[in-house]
Amino acid sequence: MKIMLIDDSKTMRNIQKSVLSQLGYTQIEEACDGQDALSKVGAFAPDLLLVDWNMPNMDGLTFVKRYRQTDRTTPIIMVTTESEKSRVIEAIKAGVNNYVVKPFTPDVLSQRISETVSKAA
Amino acid sequence: MDPRFITPFITSIQNVFSMMLQMPVNVGEPRIKEGSTATYDVSGIIAMSGDVTGNIVLSFPADTAERLVTLFVGMEIAVDNPDFADAIGELVNMVSGNAKASFEGMAVSISCPSVIIGEHHAVSTSSDTPCVVVPCDTDCGELAIEIAIRETTAGGAADGSTTQAA
Repeated sequence: MKIMLIDDSKTMRNIQKSVLSQLGYTQIEEACDGQDALSKVGAFAPDLLLVDWNMPNMDGLTFVKRYRQTDRTTPIIMVTTESEKSRVIEAIKAGVNNYVVKPFTPDVLSQRISETVSKAA
Repeated sequence: MDPRFITPFITSIQNVFSMMLQMPVNVGEPRIKEGSTATYDVSGIIAMSGDVTGNIVLSFPADTAERLVTLFVGMEIAVDNPDFADAIGELVNMVSGNAKASFEGMAVSISCPSVIIGEHHAVSTSSDTPCVVVPCDTDCGELAIEIAIRETTAGGAADGSTTQAA
């Protein structure tokens, strides 16, 4: 399974990569914001995307809306500090399949990835 | 300053440090900050806008910041390495993002984090926004939360923050 990590923080991408590695996922592409991700999704063709919300250049919500114009099925997990109910609803309306609030434990991220992948299968 | 703007940051830093660093945070008595010089030498800064305006600073002595970053990323990183600022930025991002979720009924956005490293640097805030310093103590050393936010009045937001090296 190919997974794209979209987060402006290298620290957070590394933490997520570590969790994914423990789950056995090694085909990982990284992007530092929504624009960078849009330029890479075509060639990488991910099976799952983990997307931060607050990023420079293009935020995660804008990315999800753009991405969903051409891909309605590839699962997206929003991984963000934005934990208000209104934000979660906004993200789901935009096409996000699951939601992880930072800070998170490796177990929570693992669980969300597993349930998202199994629902998409 | 309204206590509802202080308590969420105390709860949030304890939650973030517990979950990401497995470390308790002991909180001291909040006080009003005098002047614009940052409490310590490393500042992670987040601006808030919307129904609440101003900025939040996590201020660390350099050696405390180094120890926390080592725990956070799992390896030693020099202060002048860009990854060091990235890790400090992510910590203040998580603390501020979680705190703002407790501002009930308010629509608040947070900026991407900025990090300033250097002795005696200043973080200036709008003159009509007092800054409350919350001293914190951890197993990695002391740090402080500097909270300079206020409810946005109808008709205009505060100026936000500016920074300058000493």
